[in-house]
Order: sequence, then C-alpha cells, then structure tokens
Amino acid sequence: MFDSFMINTWIAATIVAITAGVLGFFVVLRRSAFAAHALPLATFPGAAAAQLAGVQPLWGLLVFVAGAVFLLRQLQKLGRKDVATGLVLVTLMAVGSLLLSMTNAYGPAVFSLLFGEVLGVSSADLLPVILISVAVMLGAMFVYRPLLLQSAFPELAISRGVRAGTIDLLFLCLLGLVTAMALPVVGALLVFSLLVAPAATAQVLSAHPARALALSVALSIGLIWSAIALSFLTNWPVGFFVGSIGALLFSSTRIFRYFRNRLKHERDRKAQHA
Amino acid sequence: MLTWLARILHSSFLHSGPVQTALLVGSGTAVVCAVIGVFTILRGHAFAGHALGDVSSAGGSASFFLGINPLAGFLGIAAMAAMGLEFLGVRRVREQDVATGIVLGAGLGLSALFLYFDLTTTSTTGAAVMVMFGSMFAMPPSLQWPALIVAVLTVSMVTVLYRPLLLSVVDVELASSRGVSNRWVGTLHLLALAAAVALAALSVGSVLASALLIGPAGAALRVSHRPSRAIFGAVVIGLAAIWGGVWMAYESYYWFSGNAWPVSFFVVAIIFAAYLLSMPCRYALQRMAAGEAGRQ
Repeated sequence: MFDSFMINTWIAATIVAITAGVLGFFVVLRRSAFAAHALPLATFPGAAAAQLAGVQPLWGLLVFVAGAVFLLRQLQKLGRKDVATGLVLVTLMAVGSLLLSMTNAYGPAVFSLLFGEVLGVSSADLLPVILISVAVMLGAMFVYRPLLLQSAFPELAISRGVRAGTIDLLFLCLLGLVTAMALPVVGALLVFSLLVAPAATAQVLSAHPARALALSVALSIGLIWSAIALSFLTNWPVGFFVGSIGALLFSSTRIFRYFRNRLKHERDRKAQHA
Repeated sequence: MLTWLARILHSSFLHSGPVQTALLVGSGTAVVCAVIGVFTILRGHAFAGHALGDVSSAGGSASFFLGINPLAGFLGIAAMAAMGLEFLGVRRVREQDVATGIVLGAGLGLSALFLYFDLTTTSTTGAAVMVMFGSMFAMPPSLQWPALIVAVLTVSMVTVLYRPLLLSVVDVELASSRGVSNRWVGTLHLLALAAAVALAALSVGSVLASALLIGPAGAALRVSHRPSRAIFGAVVIGLAAIWGGVWMAYESYYWFSGNAWPVSFFVVAIIFAAYLLSMPCRYALQRMAAGEAGRQ
C-alpha cells in the first residue's frame, strides 16, 4: 500500500482533500451542492476535447471549466438558478458524449474520468495539482472574510458593501480551479463527494466557522485516506468508498444530533418540573 | 414543406425497427417528463430530479451483471433514492441541497461499484457509456411495452392528483387547510419523479436524463406561468426534441460520411436551443401584452 508507486497517489489525494475540505465548507454554507456537482461533470468533456486536439488534458479541462462558469453565470441571470445549473450540466455532458463518440478511447477513459483512478498518478501530474492548490488556498484566504459574510448573512453583506455578484463569481472560479485540478487525479464524482460530505458533516457537528472549517479538512483527509486504503485492499473503485463512507458519516452525525437534541430537551423539561 | 415531409416519411427512416422503438419509448418519456418537470421546477426540486437521474445509473449498471431488465433496474434504484431523499429531509428547504448532494454521492459511488462488477464479471466494456449517455438505437424492442405502461400509469396518476399537487406547489398552508395531505402528495410526487427519471435514463442516459425533465418544462415556464399552458408547451418541446434528435442522429450517418453522432447529443442540443429561444419569446409576449394594455 505504501510502495513507491503509491507515494504520488497519497500526496495528490491528500492535497486534493485539503483543498476540497476548505472549499467544501463554503459549498455547504452557500447551499451550492448542485453547482459543485455540475462543474466537475461539465468539465469532464474537456479531457476528451484535449485528446482530440492533441494537447495536455489540463488545458482542455481549464477551457471547459471556464466555459461552464461563464455559461452558468449567463443562464442564471435569465431564469431559475437550479434550472440553469442543470441545463449547463447536461448540455456540456452531451457535448462530452459527442466528443467521446469521436475518439476511440471509449469505456475505460469514461470510467476513470467519472469515477477516478487514484492508482496512476505520475510525478508530472503532481506539479499542476500542487500549484493550483496553493493558488486556490491563497485565493480562499484572501476572500475568506467577505466570502464567509456573504455566504452566511447575504443581507448583512450587502449593507457592508460586499458585492454578491463578485463574490459569487470568485467562488465559482475557485470551485472551477479545484475541479480542473482534481478531475484527472480523482475523477468527477470524487471531487463532488469530497466537496459535500465532509463539510456537511462538519457543519452538523460545529456551528463555529473556523472549527467547522478545520473539522471539514480533517474529515476530508480521513475520508480519502480510508477510501484509498479500502480500494487498495478490495480492488473495488475508490469512488464507491468515498461516496458510501461520506453518506454514512453524514447520516450518523445527523442521527447523533437528533438524539442529543432529544436528550437535552428531556433534561430541560425535567429541570422545569423540578 | 409538404414534399419535404413526404420525403422523410417515405424514406427508410420510419421503417427501421430501432427508429420505431426509439420514437415510441422516447415520445412516452418526453410526455411524462414534461408533465412531471413542470411540477418539479415549481417545487424547486430541479436538483433532486437531476440527482435521481444520476443515482438511477446504479440500477442501470446493476442490470448488466444481474441480467435483469434495465428499466426495472433504473426504476428500482430511482424509487429507493426518492425514499432516501424523503428520509433525509428534502422538503425542508434549508437542508434540501446538502441532503440531495449526499444521496447523489452515495448513489454514484454505488454505480461505480456496479460498473466495476460489470467489467470484471461479464466483461461488458461499453456499459459505462451506455448507462451514462444512453443508446436509443440499441434499445431492445421488448422494452417498448413495459416503458409505455410505466409512462401511462405515471401520467394518469398525475392527472388524478393534478389539483392537490398544484395546490401544494403553490401554497403549502392553503393546501393543508383544504385537507390535502402534504406528506402523501410529496411522496407521490417524488415517486412519479422517479418513474419519469427512470424512463429518461433509459432513453437518453442517466446523466442526461434531467435534460428531458427540466429543459422543456423550464423553457415553457419562462414563456407562460400558467401551469396548464406550461405543461402543454413542455410536451411540445419534449416531443420535438425526441423526434428531431432521433431523425438528426439517423441522418447524421449520411452527413458525416458514416460517422453517426449520438442521439442523446442532438436531443439535448435541441432542448438547450429551445431554452435559449424561450427568452426572445417571453420578451415578444411581454411586448405584445404591454402594447394591448397601452391601447386600452
């Protein structure tokens, strides 16, 4: 499991998990899970396009993610936000199905881009992952306060002069960068699961922003590590473990919270009686 | 125009078996999705609808290695996911987004596992592409009647429930004061949604299923806010997308010298164009209404 050919995998997965944990905190806070799902899938045809054009996959992914963010912003101005998000997703995926039918890299490529194949990260793949992650983390640190304010209290943010449109664009750009960086390493599905499950669990457990953010990063790392280890042992796809462990984490914390609240309620009632 | 129509009808297009199956199943799907889609968008459940489509891919991929009917696979998993959404509280607006995301992640993970089983146990290599992006021309004719029966059942259920469903969409409190059980209506709506999405996943693929669900309904709702008119418009757009898409894909074999483009691509492209066109349509209608108001 810790052989030399796996070292790059562990490093890349950890970096992706940290970045996704940070950004996921804002995804859950802003209730943008649909956007976090749509962007990776809409970006996925970029890899096929790059193959057709004969350039590095990362360039194709960056072009497609920029196109997806642009299209999303334009369509969201026209009508309902969730309808626009869904339409951008299916339209770019349809383009993807067309591009895939043109290249002969059919089955295996689709599978690994959608569900990830963490066992094949080369040192050359590692460099863009590190560079983009550093850029995203710096960007997130730079806009941390206005982004937090705008996500948690949109009305208060307006009165403080924070522009909702600008913040939204910045957030989508950061999300897009993470997507393009993580997609070839862990696949479209994993990016999404890592963005939502740890952060959602963390926000059930703690209402304090900094604590929830730290918890989200920790859970994200734990999630991907356990998923890779299980995937290595069973040979089953890593996407399965990330998705199911993430769902288990979230549901068990929800159940835990439910019982804790009920206990507290009972105790309060008894105190009142006494 | 007439000669052009006659040329299409006399060509081999309508006499080909796969085309007939694709048109039959596709039309049924388009009607169901248009009707359910309007309610789904009005309820603000577009993400849930999309998620059900994606999650149903687990059923589609399981059907390969289990050797069961793919429609049963799509339907079973979509219905189970609908129940999961209900359990995690999709109706509380604050938690809807995250709950949907969690179900979606788990479902896609399951589908990854089943696709892996397909690969290792039955060595079906194209399963991922077929489940995700659909292959209308490869649909077995034996699926025709089950698919149409599901479509008819779903549409008749929505017709019976039309008024309570609409009432609970427009005003939850008014609906409960009129004796509508929101819990039942909500659950039945999610089940109808699961059926619509399963049909769509069967025809255009599970990732693209929500195109048929929210595209036509979204475009129609931009032009008219009256639910009955929006449903009619959505049915027209959906049918046009299916028929146009199937015809274009069939003809594209000749356009691109033997490299046919996928049906799903054309269907989604037509739906996207219709959504973009709904903008000038809405503008023109508003201008017309303003003009009439001005004259009076």
